[in-house]
Amino acid sequence: MSEKVKFGRSKVFFDTFHRRPGPIKKNMHYCPGCGHGILHKLVAEAIEKFGIQENTTLIAPVGCAVFAYYYFNVGSISVPHGRAPAVGTGAGRANPESYVISYQGDGDLAAIGFNEFLQAANRGEKMTVFFVNNSNYGMTGGQMAPTTLPGQKTTTSPYGRNPETEGYPTPVCEIVNSLTAPVYIERVALTTPARIAAAKKAVYKGIQNLKERKGFSLIEVVAPCPINLKMSADQVNEFIEKQMLNYFPLGCLRDKTAELPEGKLPPPVIREEEAVREILFPQRNENAVADNFRNTSEFFDQELRVKIGGFGGQGVLSLGVMLANMARLRNFNVSWMPSYGPEQRGGAACCAVTVSRKAIPSPIIDRGGNLLIAMTQAAFDKYIGELREDGILIYDHTAVKLPELPATMKTYGIDALDIAGNQLGNSKFANSVLIGALAAVLAKNGMNEADQADFSRAFAEAVEEKFGKKPGAVEANINAYNAGLKALQ
Amino acid sequence: MAAKKFRIEVTADECKGCYRCVAVCPKKLISRGKELNIQGYFPVIVDNPGNCIGCGSCFYQCPEPGAITIYEEE
Repeated sequence: MSEKVKFGRSKVFFDTFHRRPGPIKKNMHYCPGCGHGILHKLVAEAIEKFGIQENTTLIAPVGCAVFAYYYFNVGSISVPHGRAPAVGTGAGRANPESYVISYQGDGDLAAIGFNEFLQAANRGEKMTVFFVNNSNYGMTGGQMAPTTLPGQKTTTSPYGRNPETEGYPTPVCEIVNSLTAPVYIERVALTTPARIAAAKKAVYKGIQNLKERKGFSLIEVVAPCPINLKMSADQVNEFIEKQMLNYFPLGCLRDKTAELPEGKLPPPVIREEEAVREILFPQRNENAVADNFRNTSEFFDQELRVKIGGFGGQGVLSLGVMLANMARLRNFNVSWMPSYGPEQRGGAACCAVTVSRKAIPSPIIDRGGNLLIAMTQAAFDKYIGELREDGILIYDHTAVKLPELPATMKTYGIDALDIAGNQLGNSKFANSVLIGALAAVLAKNGMNEADQADFSRAFAEAVEEKFGKKPGAVEANINAYNAGLKALQ
Repeated sequence: MAAKKFRIEVTADECKGCYRCVAVCPKKLISRGKELNIQGYFPVIVDNPGNCIGCGSCFYQCPEPGAITIYEEE
């Protein structure tokens, strides 16, 4: 007569807990009678039953279950306090073939990590969350938790939790049930054999949902914490049955899984560096110079420090980005730093662009700039002091009234807003007009013909890079550039 | 066909003496022991382990992964 194991140690647990320090390698670290151990067994059994051990990612919380990875022989991540569903979101999306389990206690989930948890639930992340509610902070020695009952004494509520000052127990399942996305919400308890059988069913359901990629499942487990509550096994079961369950009624609050088709894997995530670069910085332009190109023209020996100021909506920041991109396409070191108000239109906006062959120690330009582009009087007044005495000023003729300036300063007025608005039909092209004007100004200040031609080419490449998918926009911006160039030639 | 036979086995050194299993055994086979184990707890002892009916109640009450094992005769 041979024997087989009917109920025994799950194969999803390590046979020996080699990660656990100390001499005891077969037991978990939990206190005698702890609900975590019971739930661990149910979860391990469910993982084993549904055969997802290889692809399971278990996120261990901060709290008593912080060492869950000592025990489960699955992929495990230990994360900052409360962030298990946030990390689970990343883990699940970056590795869509994985099955993400977030295992959290009431301090981790209902206190410090409530936001992360609710957001993940609201997004309907394809994960299963096991929430262990034992009415106190266990790991730190039994302090009051969001789930502590009114009147319950803990180390931080020695006179009992007073709802007038500490509020009421947080009904996590009920709160999640007010969201649209979650597919399965159930509250179970670990007391009598019948309750544990129901808990086992719920845990199985949660793992099945994971396997079928149905969506966000939450299983709240009302669990015993006999040591911190200073109770025996029987007493803590009675406490749960007679007191906790009044505030945390058991049962399935939602199960939409039957109506849902089995979830599909999202498109595979692209991880190869080259492929990612291609998506982020597609090389569309055939004119682009070689990767190792270095502009050797003496004209660019000096660092170009440009300040551009105007009001929000004039394209001040995009003008800076365009200049910076042109320089980037020619392998200069570039920095671009914007400064603007909270409003999308109006208000002061400015940006600082530095173009250099050498390293750029700071993107800030607060003095010693050698080029200022001012599109409003306010911007002129504010930034003219930062321009060197021999610097170049390009300003909008109609918007800026020039005071007396040092004779060494070179000033060029252009009706950029007028050209863009009246000749080109849209004032949003003013920034491209100004880059054209800048090309003309640089030509007057010593840039040779080859570099002038390359400047225009770099502009065309930068515009193509930005507006390549909108051919009309490419053409319109190049027209604007040419109009600006012509105006100051 | 004869009724299935079960046997319950407690690994004494893995028991932490919470006694959750003691109350739930329908056959009252489990009781508190009087000898310390290596962890310093008084582990449970099983009288007449062969009288087990294989319900698994004690196994699921036990927070430890391998302290209780229930075997089924084949």
